[in-house]
This record gives sequence, C-alpha cells and structure tokens, in this order.
Amino acid sequence: MLCQNCQEREASVHYTQVVNGQKKEMHLCEQCAQGEGYMDFANENLSLHHFLTNMFPFDQTKDQSQQQMTSAQTIKCEGCGLTYHEFRHQGKFGCSQCYEAFSDYLDPIFKRVHSGNTEHVGKIPKRLGGNLHKHREINQLQEQMQQKINEEDFEEAANIRDRIRHLKEELHDDHGGEA
Amino acid sequence: MSLQDFINDAISPWMNDEGQDSDIVLSTRIRLARNLEQVPFPTSGDQSSQEKVLQHIEQEFNNQSYEDFKKFQLVKMADTEPVEKRVLVEKHLMSPNLAENSQTGAVLISENEQASVMINEEDHLRIQLYYPGLGLSEALQQAQKLDDWFEERTRYAFNEEKGYLTSCPTNVGTGLRASVMMHLPALTMTNQMTRMAPEINKLGLVVRGIYGEGSEALGALYQISNQMTLGKSEEDIIQDLQSVVSQVIESERQSREWVMQQSGIQLEDRIFRSYGVLAHSRIIESKEAAKCLSDVRLGIDLGLIKNISKTILNELMVLTQPGFLQHYAKKSLQPGERDWFRANLIRERLQLEQY
Repeated sequence: MLCQNCQEREASVHYTQVVNGQKKEMHLCEQCAQGEGYMDFANENLSLHHFLTNMFPFDQTKDQSQQQMTSAQTIKCEGCGLTYHEFRHQGKFGCSQCYEAFSDYLDPIFKRVHSGNTEHVGKIPKRLGGNLHKHREINQLQEQMQQKINEEDFEEAANIRDRIRHLKEELHDDHGGEA
Repeated sequence: MSLQDFINDAISPWMNDEGQDSDIVLSTRIRLARNLEQVPFPTSGDQSSQEKVLQHIEQEFNNQSYEDFKKFQLVKMADTEPVEKRVLVEKHLMSPNLAENSQTGAVLISENEQASVMINEEDHLRIQLYYPGLGLSEALQQAQKLDDWFEERTRYAFNEEKGYLTSCPTNVGTGLRASVMMHLPALTMTNQMTRMAPEINKLGLVVRGIYGEGSEALGALYQISNQMTLGKSEEDIIQDLQSVVSQVIESERQSREWVMQQSGIQLEDRIFRSYGVLAHSRIIESKEAAKCLSDVRLGIDLGLIKNISKTILNELMVLTQPGFLQHYAKKSLQPGERDWFRANLIRERLQLEQY
C-alpha cells in the first residue's frame, strides 16, 4: 500500500482517528507520519500531564461507583485547601499533606505511572536515620524467612533468622547510643 | 563569578572534560526533585511561603562551596533580564518554566556550572548535576552528596511509604530523573530511530528529540531518560538506563560503520557539503545549522574532518540559539536578522579553528 500523503513510499504507519464519532483510517509512510506529527516525541511535561489528566476518568468507571467518586471529588486537603477534583484537573499536588488527604484514591494513579509500583524503595533522608533502612530490611528478611520455612528450607531460614537477630542488635545499640 | 561571566561563555567549564563514550554521548544529567517539609509546594501558588523558601536558601547556600562545587551563586529571576534568562535556559542551567516564575524563582549555580539548583520551580528544589559523556553512576553519586548537603540545612518532605514527596505524581519516590544526551546521526540517517524509540519506550524509558519542536530531532540529538521514580532504587534506575544506553551506543557505532561501508563517498560528500555551508553561508536558519553541525561532528568522529575540535557541536548548538545570538549581537534581533548573525557567528567560530 502506498502512503496516502506522498503517494511515493510504502505506507508503514497505520492508525485510526475518531473525530466527532467519524472514523478515519490513515496509512502513511514513516517520513510523512513524522511530518504530520503522528509519531512525535512530545514534550515531556505536556505528554505526562496529558497522560495524567486523561487517565483519571478511566479510574472512575473501573473500580468505584459514580456515587463514591462524587464524594471523593469534594475531599479537601487541610494543608493547602486543594480539592481532589482540582488535583484531578491540574494533575499536581498542592502540598505534602495532599498525599494523606487523597491517599485512598492515589494508588491506582501511582500504579499506572510507575509500572505497578506504589512503594518507595530508594534513598531515605539521613535525619530519619539508618534505622528506617534497618526496620525495612528486617521486615523484608522476616518475609523471606517465612517463605523458606514454607518451602521447608530450614537451613536457609536459620541463616536469615541470624541476620535478623544481628540487625536487631544493631538497632538496639543505635538506640542505646542516642539515649 | 558574575552572571555576565556565565553567559559570556556558551560552554560550561565542565563540558571541556572528555567523558566516556563522548563520540556519541554528549552529556549525562541527574535531577533530584525535593520539597521542604510543611511548606506548600510552589504549585499551590502561595507566594509568601515561596518567598520564605527563597530566603532560607539564599541565607544558607548563596556563595557557599561544597567539595568540588565551588561558590554557588544565586540568580534571582526577579533581578534577571529576559535575554539573560533565555541564555540560562539555552545552557540548560534552568527550565523555561522557572524563567516564568519571575517573583520567587531563582537558580543556584556552581562556579563550574556542573551543578545547578532551581528554586520554586514545580518543586521547592530541583538539584541538577551534569557530567560530560556517559557517567550515570558518577553523576548520581555526586548528586546524592549534594542532596545530603542540602538536607543538612533543610528538612525534606518525606513519607516512609511514598518516599520524597513531589508536586507531580510522576516524580514521587526517588524524585530522580536521569537522562543522557546522545548524538545519533547514523541511526537517524538510516531511519532506525523511528523504530527504536517505541521499543525503548516500552522499557519504561522516554526518548525525545532535544532541540526542535514536536517530532523533529534537530541535529540528531536525543535524550533518553527514566520515567519511573517509584518502586525502584536509584541504583536500579541508573542501571536500567545504562544498559539501554549502552545498546543504543553499540547500534549507533554499527550503523556508522555500515553507512561508511555501504555509501562512504556519499557520506563523505554530505559531510563536506555541510562543512562548506557552515564555512561560507551568509544566512542560515537554525534547522539547517543544526543539520550541518550534526554532519560536521560526525565527520570529526569518523576522522574525515581533522583539525576541528569535537566540542564544536555542543558549543554551536548552544551559541546559535536566539538568546545567545542576541547576546552576541548585543541587541534584540528580528528572526531574519538572526539567520544572518547565526551565519556570521558560525563562520567566525570555524575560522578560529583553521590555522
């Protein structure tokens, strides 16, 4: 099939556009598709914003009934006064408390933006200390230990138990040091 | 160092160091988004809290040095002329968004311009660090240190489950955006970029043209960066980006070789025509300039053009943008006049190289 635009090159980009309910099929070559802006590397912010504002309506129909969503719309952040409705519209939070205020509705958004993830596993501010890292590591190790026990790999489970014990001792020492 | 000195030099001092894979990777950038605890984000529009943030940063960090980053200088948008702002944007030391926040926006720039910290952009702080060539883990390490330095004198908004809290849900968690600027002429010439870009997007990374609007990647310059900031550690984010970038580098090298073998004389012709245009034209549009600069840089990398320094692409891509041209002309220029000044500037720059 020849490109509908230049009638010269082979069409390799096929897409369907729906305008006012009218379906329109286009077959273009790569050059023309790029020229027409159908394959653009759009401005990062613009596309992310677009992406965000577009995906909210999808949330509505998916999990929650219309009624629940209407009540969600009116939730207001005490910190900055932003409503959930406004947040949905602008795609930006107003303050750190918004994260708490809208927390019931945010995970689906985070999942979509961050490939299914909802929990931070990276850097932790120093002021919160290595303790947080250690608590988190202990939790993870405990899960691993349980799994090993279920798999009846008791030798490995015992190794993990020793590591947990060691970390707990360190935590205790840290605490003693601070006091 | 005064602002005047900053903008007189299109090339930031750090750019003169040659990094790893610098025939293809022009620079690496790490950006960390941070907000202060219990202060509304700049997106809330609350002016008085933004002013307090700015005052705090000015007091604590203006004229301070930290390890390799000497003498941070605070440039306030309120005291900066539009053309100077434009120049800072063209040097990638700040974003166009910040230039618009003329009340409380500011940028803290280290003397070698390797580190810059935007204040009251979308987030209270955006720590940026550049590295020549490909240097993701080095750049991350340095950025983390700078982050720790800032943290000593501020309290970040942080939540144990969600990490560093940011204005936009796309940055929450690590607040890290790592990006690599690449010159990919052979992949562009052989139309492979249009195929590769969607593949790279599927891996959770973003590819986009750096200069030019919309779909065009002017001068075959692309930026590849991570999209995900939550649920992955900083080191893993860097690792994943690194492995894709390494593959792109490999493909570009192979394509260069292939084009040389298949159509060496045509490529050589194209490169030297572009060189001729740059060396002799009297009027040149930015689009044509970008294309020719990319060709000439490829010619240098392939060893076809000798006695021109490699940095010419980086340097002239910055210098021939409207802000710098007007700075060079010392007056504001109409679009037609810009093309004339651009041609002059490029000729003069090339003459510096020839003897």
